[in-house]
Amino acid sequence: MAHELPYIAAIGEAIQLEMERDERVLYFGQNIATTDDDPFLKAFGPDRVRVTPISETAEIGMAVGAAMAGYRPVVELYMAEFMLVAMDQVVNEANRFHYMTKGQVTVPLVLKAGYGFTAGWSGQHTGTIYGMFMGVPGLKVAVPSTAADAKGLMAAAIRDDNPVVYFHHYLLTLEHGEVPDGEHVVPLGQAAVRREGGDVTIVAIGWLVDKALAAAEQLAGAGIAAEVIDPRTLAPLDTATILKSVEKTGRLVVVDQSTRHGSAAAVIAAEVASEGFSSLRAPIRLVTALDATIPYSQPMEDYLLPDEAKIVDAVQQVLGSSPITA
Amino acid sequence: MPENGLDKERLVWMFTQMLRIREFEERVKRTFEEHPGVIRGHTHLADGAEASIVGSLATLGPDDQLLTTYRCHGYPIALGTDPKAMMAEIYGREDGLCGGYGGSMHLTDVGRGFLGTSGIVGQGIPHATGAAYAAQIRGKGQVVLAFFGDGASKQGAFHESLNIASLWKLPVVYIMENNSYNVVTRTDQEDANAAAGEPLAVKAKGYSMPGVTVDGADPVAVYETVGEAVGRARAGEGPTLVESLVYRLSAHGNIIAPPGVPLHFPEHEAITVFGNAEEYEAALRGDPVPRFRAKLVTDGTLTAEEADTIAGSVKQEMEEAVAYGLASPFPSPEAAVDYVYA
Repeated sequence: MAHELPYIAAIGEAIQLEMERDERVLYFGQNIATTDDDPFLKAFGPDRVRVTPISETAEIGMAVGAAMAGYRPVVELYMAEFMLVAMDQVVNEANRFHYMTKGQVTVPLVLKAGYGFTAGWSGQHTGTIYGMFMGVPGLKVAVPSTAADAKGLMAAAIRDDNPVVYFHHYLLTLEHGEVPDGEHVVPLGQAAVRREGGDVTIVAIGWLVDKALAAAEQLAGAGIAAEVIDPRTLAPLDTATILKSVEKTGRLVVVDQSTRHGSAAAVIAAEVASEGFSSLRAPIRLVTALDATIPYSQPMEDYLLPDEAKIVDAVQQVLGSSPITA
Repeated sequence: MPENGLDKERLVWMFTQMLRIREFEERVKRTFEEHPGVIRGHTHLADGAEASIVGSLATLGPDDQLLTTYRCHGYPIALGTDPKAMMAEIYGREDGLCGGYGGSMHLTDVGRGFLGTSGIVGQGIPHATGAAYAAQIRGKGQVVLAFFGDGASKQGAFHESLNIASLWKLPVVYIMENNSYNVVTRTDQEDANAAAGEPLAVKAKGYSMPGVTVDGADPVAVYETVGEAVGRARAGEGPTLVESLVYRLSAHGNIIAPPGVPLHFPEHEAITVFGNAEEYEAALRGDPVPRFRAKLVTDGTLTAEEADTIAGSVKQEMEEAVAYGLASPFPSPEAAVDYVYA
């Protein structure tokens, strides 16, 4: 059975269910649980649910320490960029301890970080920064694109014994979707084939999965069958599913909201070029944001970002076909 | 039983641990000369801080925990970790405490409450604070000690952590080992309190917690001061900042050099950088190990012969640790990709 929920509520449902299931799960961060009628505070009490000062280094660092001491913290960071003031804790502390101690300690924690708020938030609150984390040994990176995955990946992230950066897209916040009732866990490291097709593989991440599906629908009208793959987690990256698809289609377009250089798209393209070169019948195309800071003004913001038309255009290029006239 | 709880047996234990730390560090230092190339990277010694370490750890109960900096050899010795496994770790061997994954800067012994170290200045302070949050939730009266240096108190991690710990009344004791130098920068060159002639413990005032300065060369004084702070923490009264004045008797670390250049420990920065041999000689005269020995012999806790016997067995123990470390095999190279994920 399933029920309909907005993406953001699906995340909350997962946290709530995991807190009910495992009393070691903690939930803390800025601007949560500041009144007694907060539902998490009411359900789980002030030991496990706490508002913190605006101190990201301490919030994330304390999550590391609490995790080392046997708990499973979920840190509410709101905006992904706020992690940047505490970068050492994320990429050089949380992820290192299990390795450096030969497994004596584990650091199970979840950093809940919203990203990609390209709705006029301008330069410093709009970043799509998951690519910075996907190559960091010991970290896992989840990027849910649907309400169901928002729930399932959060549950998996909380149950995982490693630090997980959980990126939820701000523009998906109120997108409704069918969410399975009760326990729903989506394994980390397992891509989803969102649409099957034999002509071209489109790998799209997060918010752009829907755009890729819309592009695929448009392409279907022109007789082009696009397969759309949603990696769901960037670390671990399900390279096998992508390679298998490219083996079938011979063509790859990678769609990523982040800037191009050093992006997840570039990594995925490199993996396919390296491991699946013999399958490729055309050069790989990347559809990413242009390499600039996100501007405030809407026409400029739109210009920088990937969209359905750019995806369709890239598919046509790899297929060597002429533009579709709508 | 004396008022502070330190009976003869406990005092002798403290003296023995101080000797063990000193001898271990001497053997690490000598390894650079006697077995060139065996120790890689950067090694930081605890000689000079023995009294502070042992006095602090003597306050702990079996379920208490600690996190420290990369200058981490002293604590596990006092906790009872096998020095053989520690030396093997510093030599990068398979039988090392962390199997050669961590090395000198990351000794960890979770079974003894030593949860780990951060190699980045100040960044372990929030880890200890988080462990104290865990202890508070668990509600079993555990206390966490957070060890760090004076330099770390210039990091945001220090200030953010002390604010939260005081706000939440966490069972943590912040032990700042103030050795007057951040590598080659003197405290009065980088710390507003030091420059104003105030102790660094005044930083506690900004976070509405007690701040106290103690002679870190006196293990009994450290024990009493940290013990009081541990008592407050255990009683749910929140954190304390203890500034323990120590003097490291070696340089910050071995020289930093590319492969091919033999590594060694230079002289202390007071001499090499500031040309102040007098300061260093004064520190040697105040060396906590002979100072505590003299105290125990003078007050009749130990005879000179007993002290010498302890020293002899410690020498033997650490010699065996070196031999064990040298004989331990290297890990298999392919093991380098294990333990990335739990």
